[in-house]
Amino acid sequence: MMNAGEYLLEMKNVSKRFPGVQALKDVQVNVKPGEVLALMGENGAGKSTLMKCLFGIYKMDQGEIFMNGNPVVIDNPRQALDIGIAMVQQELEQVPHRNVMDNIWLGRYPRKGLLIDDKKMYKDTLQIIELFNMNIDPRAQVNHLSVSTKQMADIVKAVSYNAKIIVLDEPTSSLTEKETVGLFKIIRQLKQEGCGIIYISHKIEEVMNISDRVTVLRDGLWVATENTKDIDSNQLIKLMVNRELGNRFPPKNKVIGETILKVENLSSVYSPRLQDISFEVRAGEILGIGGLVGAGRTELLECIFGLRTVAEGAVFVHGKDVLKSNRNAKYSGIAMVTEERRETGIFPMMDIRWNTVSSSMEKNRTKAGFISLKKVEKNTQWAVDAMRIKTPTLKTLISSLSGGNQQKVLLGRCLLNQPRILLLDEPTRGIDVGAKYEIYQLMIALAKEGKAVVFVSSEMPELLGVADRILVMSNGRNAGIMDSQDCSQEKIMTLAAKYL
Amino acid sequence: MELNMRGMNPELVKNTKHWLMQYAIYLVLLAVIMTIVILEPSILSVRNATFILQQAAPKLIIALGLAGLILLGGTDLSAGRMVGIAGIICASLLQKPDYALRIFSNMKPLPIIVPLLIAIAVCLLFALVHSLLISVLQIAPFIASLGMQMIVYGAMSLYFDGVNNSSPIGGFDTRFTKIAQGAIQIGTFRLPWIVIYAVVITILFWVLWYRTTLGRNMYAVGGNKEAAVVSGVNTKRVIMYVYLIAGLAYALAGFLDAGRTGSATNALGEGYELDAIASCVVGGVSLRGGVGKISGVVIGVLIFQVLSYCLVYMDINPYIQFIIKGLIIVFAIAVDTQKYIKKR
Repeated sequence: MMNAGEYLLEMKNVSKRFPGVQALKDVQVNVKPGEVLALMGENGAGKSTLMKCLFGIYKMDQGEIFMNGNPVVIDNPRQALDIGIAMVQQELEQVPHRNVMDNIWLGRYPRKGLLIDDKKMYKDTLQIIELFNMNIDPRAQVNHLSVSTKQMADIVKAVSYNAKIIVLDEPTSSLTEKETVGLFKIIRQLKQEGCGIIYISHKIEEVMNISDRVTVLRDGLWVATENTKDIDSNQLIKLMVNRELGNRFPPKNKVIGETILKVENLSSVYSPRLQDISFEVRAGEILGIGGLVGAGRTELLECIFGLRTVAEGAVFVHGKDVLKSNRNAKYSGIAMVTEERRETGIFPMMDIRWNTVSSSMEKNRTKAGFISLKKVEKNTQWAVDAMRIKTPTLKTLISSLSGGNQQKVLLGRCLLNQPRILLLDEPTRGIDVGAKYEIYQLMIALAKEGKAVVFVSSEMPELLGVADRILVMSNGRNAGIMDSQDCSQEKIMTLAAKYL
Repeated sequence: MELNMRGMNPELVKNTKHWLMQYAIYLVLLAVIMTIVILEPSILSVRNATFILQQAAPKLIIALGLAGLILLGGTDLSAGRMVGIAGIICASLLQKPDYALRIFSNMKPLPIIVPLLIAIAVCLLFALVHSLLISVLQIAPFIASLGMQMIVYGAMSLYFDGVNNSSPIGGFDTRFTKIAQGAIQIGTFRLPWIVIYAVVITILFWVLWYRTTLGRNMYAVGGNKEAAVVSGVNTKRVIMYVYLIAGLAYALAGFLDAGRTGSATNALGEGYELDAIASCVVGGVSLRGGVGKISGVVIGVLIFQVLSYCLVYMDINPYIQFIIKGLIIVFAIAVDTQKYIKKR
């Protein structure tokens, strides 16, 4: 048995529910002084949510937090900082047009009387920067810095709070190898000073290298906590992805036809940049796109759909270069369902009819050019029947439907344009299990009709269960394409880290 | 402004573009003013310069107050009416004791500070309500300030109608007109007091923006509210203070503007907010929040005043003046927006 004083921080039985999703359930994490605890898991396993609960950004539904064995309540970031918990978030929260030291001391500027003591601020900032042998100008404006320097500045900020617990959420996601070595030096220094570090990362080598213990989360549940030296990377991957696949997926389409979509050496201009991506999709085929969040999967779909500026390369539909012709992608036979259903998919204040026909208005007009309600209702009824949308009436507001039914409306909207290629970005995100199965059925049925389906997913079982082939993106590049029969979750994870 | 500059040093291209973006509006205005000077050289006189400064002074005070709200990412359409209500209050309480149409005919002459304090108190009260609409009820600043504009105008008109039957208030106490219209004579040069007040207030704002915690927090809340929250900044309090300071500035401006013009009606301050917002934008205070400088506000107000004065001086058709000013505002915002468009 360990005694209570051994841990610097303990989180016990933490649960957190978002509408439609149990993000965390009875999760436990603890950190000893002077150790690095790695927190691992797939996208959506609940790592960031757990840390946001710790930092007071989210409110836990249930659970307790202890510092040095004493229970603490954390309702907002201020309290977390006061208790000695600092966090470097994945999405850096910085004020872009202000300088480094203004950002670091924000919320507690040193003062001389009523005025801010800039000299002291500069000196204190420089002291921490020099302590870690970094090269940052405290007076540099933050939005002029490279991503890695911004990250360093945020680490300086965390240290400046004299925090006992420092959470680093994917700190190396945009660092070069050399910068990572620098960061590790800093982490070791912090360890020596008795800080406990919680280190979130997808990079297995890094975790093996820097951490003392590893806690693995899966689907919002605690899976295991192991000493890093007692475990190897294969065992670690197994802990992260191990699931029963069972009968969660309908049978796949067997008849594959000719190539419909061909992407050749596609590179994009603006970040996150895509580099030299090539692949083909045939009629009746489902191509899954896997990889980590931020690997450029959404950007790839947006590029094909013509939403992003392409630097080089071409997209062919039936051999015709569609990016050259300046027309809307829907006229090239491509349809897309976006990832953020609420933000970029539905029109929440409109009913199902208008949500369904919104991208095919020209097919719902009378000869004189006015909207024909009759045609609108006929087309909507078709979508409701074909997609098996569960709704009381056609005039129901889309926002009152469940996530799964909203998604089916969006699919119906796409199909009214009779596309040959469907691009689906995280089509089952935030949808319950039963509705997921129906979406899979629809995807496979569409493939059977001879359409080419490309979908992005962060859920590896879904990629393996639904896709015929899987393309794995890593850091804006194509890390490899595999037949799903020869593929495994472990292989996907390995490829996803290929260009990190 | 996607210029084709292939084959050139990319760093140079980037810097040149950046520089052009930063200063485009100044270059355009400089060109306009140069053109005016060439067409009408007589405009270059000390007398004209004094007039311009005198007219610019109250506008600068309003713009400084309003700039803080723009810096937070908001705006304020009620600014002009706030100036108006302060002006009307001061005017009604500061008439000559022997003036025939004196409103409060039996009242002893008040110390000049009393009406000013009353005006300040009224403006602070409105500003407090306004800030709560923004920070607590989280109403969009445009709409909240539109509502406040109407409320303040209504209140001001009720008072104006009640005390003076909606006829212009005049016959100001000489102490009052001296403060607002007086000047120091330095040889042949006349330096109006009102310009000196404006300079002092600008310095105070400079200290506030750059050297105090509130000033830095203001930039943080406007630049990235979430970052301010996770750094433990009380954003509601920051918003409230900035509104109160703006209210104070409006009250001072109203006091001075009423005294400067020598009479007041409920039309006082009408449209001032638009001039102030335009000056801020021209001076580089971004409507997206978090970006802006005191020097920019000062330059913006001066440029706008010089331009207005010149156009009037040249006897340009007032309708054409509107078109020219409108074009400049649209151009300034277009340039500002280009800097922040997210490329994908």
